[in-house]
Amino acid sequence: MDPTRPYDFKHLHYVGQEGRLIPLLQQAQAEDGYLTRERLLRIGDETGIPLTQIYGVATFYAQFRFKPVGKNLLRVCHGTACHVSGAKELTEEIEGQLGVANGETTQDGLFTMETVSCLGCCSLAPVIMINETTHGNLTPAGVKKVLRKYRDGEKK
Amino acid sequence: MTRVIVGLGTCGIAAGAEETYRSLAEKLSSGPAGVSLGRTGCIGMCYQEPLVEVRDGDGGRYLYGKVTPERAERIAAEHVGGGKPIPDWLVWSDSGAGTESDFLRKQTRIALRNCGHIDPEAIDDYLAAGGYEALRKVLEESDPDGLITRIVDSGLRGRGGAGFLTGLKWRFTRLAQGKRKFVICNADEGDPGAFMDRSVLEGDPHSVLEGMAIAAHAIGADHGYIYVRAEYPLAIRRLNVAIGQAEERGFLGDKILGTGFSLHVKLKEGAGAFVCGEETALIASVEGRRGMPRVRPPFPAVRGLWDSPTNINNVETFANVPWIVLQGHAAFAALGTANSKGTKVFAMAGKIRRGGLVEVPMGISIKDIVFEVCGGIKEGRKFKAVQMGGPSGGCIPAELQDTVIDYESINRTGAIMGSGGLVVMDDTTCMVEVARFFLDFTQRESCGKCTFCRIGSKRMLEVLTRITEGEGKEGDIELLEDLAVRTKSTSLCGLGQTAPNPVLTTLKYFRSEYEAHIHNRKCPAHRCAKLLTYSITDDCTGCTLCVKACPTAAITGEKLRKHSIDVAKCIACGACFKVCRAGAILRD
Ligand SMILES: Cc1cc2nc3c(=O)[nH]c(=O)nc-3n(C[C@H](O)[C@H](O)[C@H](O)COP(=O)(O)O)c2cc1C
Ligand code: FES
Repeated sequence: MDPTRPYDFKHLHYVGQEGRLIPLLQQAQAEDGYLTRERLLRIGDETGIPLTQIYGVATFYAQFRFKPVGKNLLRVCHGTACHVSGAKELTEEIEGQLGVANGETTQDGLFTMETVSCLGCCSLAPVIMINETTHGNLTPAGVKKVLRKYRDGEKK
Repeated sequence: MTRVIVGLGTCGIAAGAEETYRSLAEKLSSGPAGVSLGRTGCIGMCYQEPLVEVRDGDGGRYLYGKVTPERAERIAAEHVGGGKPIPDWLVWSDSGAGTESDFLRKQTRIALRNCGHIDPEAIDDYLAAGGYEALRKVLEESDPDGLITRIVDSGLRGRGGAGFLTGLKWRFTRLAQGKRKFVICNADEGDPGAFMDRSVLEGDPHSVLEGMAIAAHAIGADHGYIYVRAEYPLAIRRLNVAIGQAEERGFLGDKILGTGFSLHVKLKEGAGAFVCGEETALIASVEGRRGMPRVRPPFPAVRGLWDSPTNINNVETFANVPWIVLQGHAAFAALGTANSKGTKVFAMAGKIRRGGLVEVPMGISIKDIVFEVCGGIKEGRKFKAVQMGGPSGGCIPAELQDTVIDYESINRTGAIMGSGGLVVMDDTTCMVEVARFFLDFTQRESCGKCTFCRIGSKRMLEVLTRITEGEGKEGDIELLEDLAVRTKSTSLCGLGQTAPNPVLTTLKYFRSEYEAHIHNRKCPAHRCAKLLTYSITDDCTGCTLCVKACPTAAITGEKLRKHSIDVAKCIACGACFKVCRAGAILRD
């Protein structure tokens, strides 16, 4: 981004570079895995957006993280359909298997677990998503198998 | 030529459709010549995924369900190779055969007209299905006011929840003064339990782009945004592909189809905030700010994105538009009831046999959707209620199953039409717990701007939680009612105004369940763990399975003798209930 471009404070964007802040944060997170302080400082420097405001935006959205994530991001759905179809039992199994709770990362750095509110796959409830792959119609035994697949893939 | 088509929507992929595809690719490459393998989006039969369709040389169509790689091999060998369909796995066929043909026959597909039929990543498939003809027609006519009048006359109302007349919204935006105007597609689909928009975006992205282009032409916009949830990676990818193709063919970009009309469409990925589905919050988010709603008026039609007139419509609303332009507003208005025209897509989930996506004409009853189209309740259990409209909606009890799908009729029950999530509940669902679940959601998703939405929802959640944990007090029901009414009347946006609906409707129709929790410390649906007590009946065979399963050693008994539970040690985890094969554990 060119810092010499006129910055339109009223509308919080570069002229022609409309609403860049959230995509910039998304890009930073995609590259670093989470939002590092250094990145946020740099985004502030380059865009002229005050750091307080950058933090304000970043903390508003559930997507942004301020801690590193594991190699695989595991999202357990707690949407309505999954809730009535056993998401709780599934979560308990995953927590037991991984030894982590919502938002935490396993010791070996292999998994970060998060709960989310609907992955749009409700007819296959209960559902989890690992990275960009959705696994549906899960039972506690089924989820164990899925986790094993990822762990085994790691050893190879 | 024979074509074999695999359903590769998110639901299909989650059920293993990619392995099925690979297995078919391998088999067919060594099979007979003149067979092609393709992909399509979601046809709606999510409960039968992975789905594979065989279209044979003389136009016959056969849809197979639950196609594992093994089944795929046999289909490739016997049907494609040997010309013999396999009737046992057939779910639908154009000849009328198949176990699930009722499911499709009872639907009327307008928004979903191409889903499950065309390859969403091939613009030529869309064009072959009449795609972009509607855009061509409106650009040739070049009569935006006439177009708007026809959309008004079609009776199309917004499918995102509020149900505002789409044509009227376009007219307001057209009449508003502004140097620039914008058109936005709301693809944030945040209601848990809803996946209509995802399926349309994954199965037929061009219909949404075409609808947006028609709207942009009507209101005079040259820039458009699609605000799509980050949780939908496949929809995002397919939209990107579709935008690229449409630009290449001159349906988007500068001087569309050689006219003076231009439209540039960009994708904006949401960042995980339910409230950003609300239009003013969505605009704030596109502008790069915290997604907090503001007071309306001014409505976005007058002052929206970067203070310019902006028209926001939902995915399904846009997908209907090309059909209305081509088939005529009268054809659309001929479907439905006096005030609700056309069709509505519902995402059927929960305890329903045929869970998936259905599109039905307005005016159909809830009973017909649940029983006729979707085959009734799973495992033959008792139908208890449907939850419509997600966290903003409410529960409609089985007694009101004759209610018809129509904005006003649904509102009268206390629920709302909403965006189309329809979660079916059976007698094992505790309604107090359902209300607690939704409040937990809205409480977390409240942006915090309005006091009653922020704190009222939290207090309601606390009360509901203590009721489900057996700590309910006298006066809790009245307290909930009071908080609900105040939160509704003092919140700025739809989130807070509707957040109490799940509480109010369950109180209205299932008050006795609340009372049983509070006064008798019982959960009639046997869901609330802390309210359950376990005992062992004379059916006990003394197999000791429960003794081994009990984590607190509360169960004692000798082999082949009746066991007993020490209530003082029992933590009501239900492990014994799950393992007992004699049905001798009594749960109350
Ligand atoms: C809390 C809240 C969440 C909403 N979420 C969505 C959504 O996910 N998708 C959507 O299309 N509309 C949503 N809406 C409705 C939008 O504000 C707006 O009415 C709609 O996008 C207009 O399009 P339509 O007229 O085509 O329905 C939401 C409203 C509220 C108050
Ligand atoms: S509720 Fe879990 S995927 Fe929708």
